[in-house]
Amino acid sequence: MKWNWAILSSIFTIITVLTGCNNKLMVLDPKGPQAQTQADVIMISIWTMSIIVAAVFILLVIMLVKYRASKQPADYEPPHIEGSKLVESICIGIPVIIVIFLSVITIQSNEQVETTPKGYEGQKPLVVYASSSDWKWHFSYPEENIETVNYLYIPTDRPLEFKLYSYGPITSFWIPQLGGQKYAMSDMVNTLHLAADVPGEYMGRNANFSGKGFAENTFDVKAMPQDEFEKWVEEVKATAKPLTQEKFDELLDPGHLGRLTYTGTHLDFSPAPEGENGEHHMMPSHTEHSAMAE
Amino acid sequence: MEFFERFAIPHPSAPIYASMVAIGLTVIAIVAGLTYFKKWGYLWREWLTTVDHKRIGIMYLISALLMLFRGGVDAIMMRSQTAIPENTLLDAQHYNEVFTTHGIVMIIFMAMPFIYALMNFVVPLQIGARDVAFPRLNALSFWLFFMGAMLFNISFVIGGSPDAGWTAYFPLAGNEFSTSVGTNYYALALQIAGLGTLMSGINFIVTILKMRAPGITLMKMPMFTWSALTANVIVVFAFPVLTVALIMMTMDRLFGTHFFATTNGGMDMLWANLFWVWGHPEVYILILPAFGVYSEVISTFARRNLYGYKSMVASMVGISFLSFLVWTHHFFTMGQGALTNSIFSVTTMAIAIPTGIKIFNWLFTMWKGKIEFTVPMLYAVGFIPIFTIGGVTGVMLAMASADYQYHNTMFLVAHFHYTIIPGVVFAMIAGLTYWWPKMFGFMLNERIGKWAFWFIAISFNVTFFPMFFTGLDGQARRMYTYSEATGFGPLNMLSFIGALGLAVGFALIAYNVYYSTRYASRNISADPWDARTLEWATQSPVPAYNFAITPQANSSEAFWDAKKKGHELFKGEVQKIHMPSNSGVPFIMSCIFFIWGFSFVFSLWIPAILATIGIFICMAQRSFERDPGYYISVKEIKETESKLRGA
Ligand code: HEM
Ligand SMILES: [Cu+2]
Repeated sequence: MKWNWAILSSIFTIITVLTGCNNKLMVLDPKGPQAQTQADVIMISIWTMSIIVAAVFILLVIMLVKYRASKQPADYEPPHIEGSKLVESICIGIPVIIVIFLSVITIQSNEQVETTPKGYEGQKPLVVYASSSDWKWHFSYPEENIETVNYLYIPTDRPLEFKLYSYGPITSFWIPQLGGQKYAMSDMVNTLHLAADVPGEYMGRNANFSGKGFAENTFDVKAMPQDEFEKWVEEVKATAKPLTQEKFDELLDPGHLGRLTYTGTHLDFSPAPEGENGEHHMMPSHTEHSAMAE
Repeated sequence: MEFFERFAIPHPSAPIYASMVAIGLTVIAIVAGLTYFKKWGYLWREWLTTVDHKRIGIMYLISALLMLFRGGVDAIMMRSQTAIPENTLLDAQHYNEVFTTHGIVMIIFMAMPFIYALMNFVVPLQIGARDVAFPRLNALSFWLFFMGAMLFNISFVIGGSPDAGWTAYFPLAGNEFSTSVGTNYYALALQIAGLGTLMSGINFIVTILKMRAPGITLMKMPMFTWSALTANVIVVFAFPVLTVALIMMTMDRLFGTHFFATTNGGMDMLWANLFWVWGHPEVYILILPAFGVYSEVISTFARRNLYGYKSMVASMVGISFLSFLVWTHHFFTMGQGALTNSIFSVTTMAIAIPTGIKIFNWLFTMWKGKIEFTVPMLYAVGFIPIFTIGGVTGVMLAMASADYQYHNTMFLVAHFHYTIIPGVVFAMIAGLTYWWPKMFGFMLNERIGKWAFWFIAISFNVTFFPMFFTGLDGQARRMYTYSEATGFGPLNMLSFIGALGLAVGFALIAYNVYYSTRYASRNISADPWDARTLEWATQSPVPAYNFAITPQANSSEAFWDAKKKGHELFKGEVQKIHMPSNSGVPFIMSCIFFIWGFSFVFSLWIPAILATIGIFICMAQRSFERDPGYYISVKEIKETESKLRGA
């Protein structure tokens, strides 16, 4: 029977090698402060949990090796043992300590991922309204007064505030290398705080199943220095066509689209939902800008 | 013509047509076979009308195995589709239907009947009872479950499968985005099966509280019975939530209400909450009886009493309480803010503590034992390390900040398979192998069983371990395909290979049943495993009345004490035994429920009204019927006993 366990452990090794060697796992290769926090929490929890896993595995192997019938004399009668207060207290005590330790980390990090990233507090965030429709993403930049479909350009080293909502099923806005996901729903606006430290191109997608076109419901993210970002905005303003209500309704039709770029945003004629859900539905502060643009 | 159009499938394909033909042929074959062998009467008398908990248990078992097969085929289809990038075996729509069906079939129509199979068969025997408290209600529970399952299973050939995920989140599951009748099937089939489960919950609580043989105090119940008690308490508190949520879903879909549909003030988040207020306890309904099975198996084959009986009981009670306080962890990402998330993170992690206690107690049960690696024990021993990985990844998911990264990914899929497969599926195979001789009077072949175990245990890890990595690498769950550039290809291929291995393992189990039925010796003792609890004190297979004389217990291992310490189990003389009589009403009523559900699925109001009336007539029949039951005479009991003993 020993060889079976050998196979089992070699499988774990093979898998680890298969993935570990060629590239870093996206979530563990963070490019922004929130993703960094999350990667740290993940690694801490993996190491902490390894203690438990190791304890269970070692105890199991000891029991199986030492107390197998073939090692015992034929007339051995196992004793009756009720249990021991001390042993059971240890079995409760150590997990309790571990859970307390992880709880502290969780509570701290929960707070962090829900607020402006550390080190970015003083800065004015870039607000982007990210809304999904079957099966696209619309990104409205109210202050810049432009809108894109299925691609997202962002400046590095500046806090980003995503306002998430959906024209349809619940979706989940996720850019693994910048930070974890959050739902976009049709009856309220959620806020997701992110930031990018490193310029580069990242994968973004809807992570929550939303029907037929779900698998392809992705978007490209490109993080670039602030001045480059501003240049891009200027370029869009100079070249792109305005987004009309008619055009926008057309965009909402179920299906897939490539990358599209517009001046103006849909927020003027199709504002984000105002839910009753606490802090997340402040009216966008962009109205005067767009009014100016018109 | 227009009338019939509604029954057409919206997205037909060759395999679906093939299945239609196969289903048709199977039905014809069954009907023809029953007629040819003149088995209709036998089927009706011995099975369709039975109220015997053992037979009901066996019917649950057969249903569960059939559904395991159905769900398994779905699983292979999914893993084949995702084995290579940009595969075109299944299109998106078909893939969505397959994973939705897979989830529901496995949880509601495989795992649930499996645990009820074992509970039905074992619990009354372990507490020395003649049957459950309400035998006829028990039959109704089974038939409602069965009709729910059948209703769900015909969806893919009549009208179309549900395709909004087993979680059926609104607004996706609303009329606007799910236009086929698939989600109606979901609502109605789960409703009917769920009613059956709720009745079982009540039945087993009463049975365990009221029908224990003398001497079996609560703290002297075998651990499997304790696990059944706690699981059924959860059922009674959790299933009404599902019932109500499904009614609201049905109203939204059929009558234009807006409970969940987001227009006119409906709340999609309300569905998510209600679903998981039921859904999280549901996973503990599944796992607790599994814990019970392992407690029996490990103690039997370590040849030792269960270590820390009291803390085992306390931890199950603790788990069942906590299981109602954690549901929000299924949607940390819905935007309820850091405070709410933190509260639910902590309650969720807290569940790991009682779970951990159980793991350590099983380990210490083996301490100073004399471990024999029979097939049930192999599953128990394999369960411990694999489930530990499932549990610790659960704790990782419970950390809300990190869950923003795991949620909706393959990492989550890996987690719950690492809990459910060793937790529920291994336990059910272990329990099945362990109690098989009690059920059928012969043993399953150990050699084939061991081969199956190793195939399953190894293939399981090959299938699901890679998902932790693809999840962390950004592969979302429920994606029907992915591009080559993502790099998910090799690990998904590995998963596919593992899935094939699992299929081989399960095929070996099926072969084992066939092989052992044909060749195994019928000449076995009533206690082939040298076990410890009361169910082994009666004959195998168990006579209809269970025990000729009601046993007297002194501990949770009364049978062991009888063998080793001279405890006297059966005192007194055989007396005539009162038994409940069979009834066709539960079956007929459930058939009407099937018609009722089907009519609602397709909005056929006249049959729906007629069926509703039919259901009430069946209930009235029960209220006015006088059924005194019948007696088995002393002579008959003695004859049965000596025949079984002589065998
Ligand atoms: C130590 C105990 C456990 C903890 C701390 C735990 C924690 C969690 C968490 C936090 C999630 C949600 C993750 C997400 O959606 O992002 C989850 C999902 C899930 N868990 Fe567990 N879990 C535990 C044990 C179990 C057990 C014993 C089972 C089943 C028998 C189970 C079955 C599931 C299922 C089915 C899902 C996902 C359902 C879905 O979204 O489709 N878990 N678990
Ligand atoms: Cu849960």
